[in-house]
Amino acid sequence: MIELILTSIMTMMTPEFWISATPLILASIMTMMTAATPLVFAATGELICERSGVLNLGVEGMMLIGAVFGFAATAVTGNAPLGLLVAATSGASAALIFAVLTLNLLSNQVATGLALTIFGTGLSALVGFDYVGKTIDQIGSIEIRVLNNVPIVGDELNRLLFGHDPLVYLALLILLGSSWFLNRSRWGMILRAVGDSDVSAHAIGYPVIAIRFAAVTFGGLMAGLGGGYLSLVYTPLWAENMAAGRGWIALALVVFASWRPARVLFGAILFGGITILQLNAQAAGLGIPASFMSMLPYIATIVVLVFISRDAIRIRLNAPACLGRPFRAER
Amino acid sequence: MLRLEPRSTQSLSAAWLSPMLALLLTALTGGVIFLAMGKDPTTALYIYFVEPLTSSSGLSEVAVKAGPLILIGIGLSFGFRAGVWNIGAEGQYIAGAIAGGGLAVYWYESTSSFLLPAMLLTGILGGMAWAAIPALLKTRFNANEILVSLMLVYVAELLLVHLVQGPWRNPQGWGFPGTRMFPDAATIPLLFMGKRVHLGSVLTLAVPFIAWFLLARTRFGFRIRLFGSSPLAARHAGVQSNRIIWQSLLIGGGLAGLAGVIEAAGTIGQLMPKISPGYGFTAIIVAFLGRLHPVGVLLAGIAIAVTYIGGEGAQISAGLPKAVTGLFQGIILFYLLAFDLFTRYQVVMPSRQTVQ
Repeated sequence: MIELILTSIMTMMTPEFWISATPLILASIMTMMTAATPLVFAATGELICERSGVLNLGVEGMMLIGAVFGFAATAVTGNAPLGLLVAATSGASAALIFAVLTLNLLSNQVATGLALTIFGTGLSALVGFDYVGKTIDQIGSIEIRVLNNVPIVGDELNRLLFGHDPLVYLALLILLGSSWFLNRSRWGMILRAVGDSDVSAHAIGYPVIAIRFAAVTFGGLMAGLGGGYLSLVYTPLWAENMAAGRGWIALALVVFASWRPARVLFGAILFGGITILQLNAQAAGLGIPASFMSMLPYIATIVVLVFISRDAIRIRLNAPACLGRPFRAER
Repeated sequence: MLRLEPRSTQSLSAAWLSPMLALLLTALTGGVIFLAMGKDPTTALYIYFVEPLTSSSGLSEVAVKAGPLILIGIGLSFGFRAGVWNIGAEGQYIAGAIAGGGLAVYWYESTSSFLLPAMLLTGILGGMAWAAIPALLKTRFNANEILVSLMLVYVAELLLVHLVQGPWRNPQGWGFPGTRMFPDAATIPLLFMGKRVHLGSVLTLAVPFIAWFLLARTRFGFRIRLFGSSPLAARHAGVQSNRIIWQSLLIGGGLAGLAGVIEAAGTIGQLMPKISPGYGFTAIIVAFLGRLHPVGVLLAGIAIAVTYIGGEGAQISAGLPKAVTGLFQGIILFYLLAFDLFTRYQVVMPSRQTVQ
């Protein structure tokens, strides 16, 4: 036994091992990125929404709506970019229902978010009824050949850095943009002010409700895009309830990220990694029942939440102070 | 422009009217949806909302579906009143079915009359145990109970799938996932020959009244209501938030677990990979539609059960996808939340104001 471990360590020390293993490792990182991308989209959108002080628990529903409408649009027109556009706008339209109810009609945000998820699950199942089992052309990867001439790892590294489908880069771009927007731009600062003290922001003269409307809509846009990524790129097909809790994991990611965009990426890759790891482990047949392996992402979410939330003071310092509270202008 | 002014007390008439209006408007919206799908709206609406109530077998099915919705809805309403958002009742329901049904799987040849009561009890305990996880993590580590309880739904579903495909699979089941059929001693007796409605439905009817007594007539109920309406005042009055979180999650989990084991031992008669058409989530709507009031939840559970049966009927006779039911449930809740505005605010005409 010890001998076996020693020899495997010895093999791992040789450069030949790493050269031969590189494609496999890089391939795993590639798939990890594709598993992380829908989470990056949805979590970034929800993060902006929550920073404005609105808690939208309807992410799962908006993702499903985006997934089904995006898929249907692509199946009908054969145009995948159009499908993505439809996915994003349908997610945003669903978010608008939520915005009107919570911001104009002052309904409870938790209950309304749940309603949006239930509504989205039902609507997507109804719309997707005729599309179950249909296939579309997947959005392929764009390969920009930059590093191909570098010896040994050139090909693989090139694929790792530049070989993803375009949406992976879009997700990263949006994440970076959101980070810049929140921390460096004037309107980002106003949005944070609205989320931290709606009354003061209103007193100064900022349009609290309009800003929250925009933030909620952006959240819907991103959740829809994340859903569209699932049905157009990740699996390319539609199946009922195909988001499988990713919307809820995205919500957990926002807490995990302490409401800071940069940390969303880290969390999303972690969850993408766990998803891929358990899929690979199932394929390898380690003797652990498949159901238990499938539980891993959900259990990991709980573990991470516990780990992050332990420090109640830190959560209170980082969370937007007005998160979940309705706002009504007194005058 | 019209202005909104907060009411000093919630309007009772608006509180009772808004669920009715929400149902009515959902039916109207449903008619529009059916029209868009190329179906005759009046026929489709009749199938959905009226037909289930016109036959004895329809009524029996409504009772079968309303049972778990009412049990879970009552349990959730305690938590929702206190501001404890347990949305993982679906998982607690499954945990209850696994815990209670497990007894029937292991003692599949038993004829003991203790088996069924023992199952109901372990079912409650199973649901409580599953709900204890978010309670513990919330009170001890401050982890958000919404996300934890929801994640545990997926874990419970996968656990059930594992059990009925693996260790608990019926050895005479030709490889199909599912346990043995429960023995007679582990089955809840039927009320009428040839109908699926069973004694569990009668048991269910008692729960809203117990819940009403608890909420309206005991110190415990008072603490729950106080904590929900004003956590700060509750803390000053000596109400411990951790205790409220534990109590409301255990009640919600216990009743969901009871619903799960009743479904397994009464309606289904075995454990299968899927034992719920989303009762745990629909019960959230039932709780709100019933205004978190035990009697309201009872009525709301029946109303939502009608749409479930209507949905099944529409699938068979009108070729409408079952998913329409889910869509309706979401729409009902949207309307309800919109009307909630009028229970808490009143619309004021600005003309009555004087210029200062």
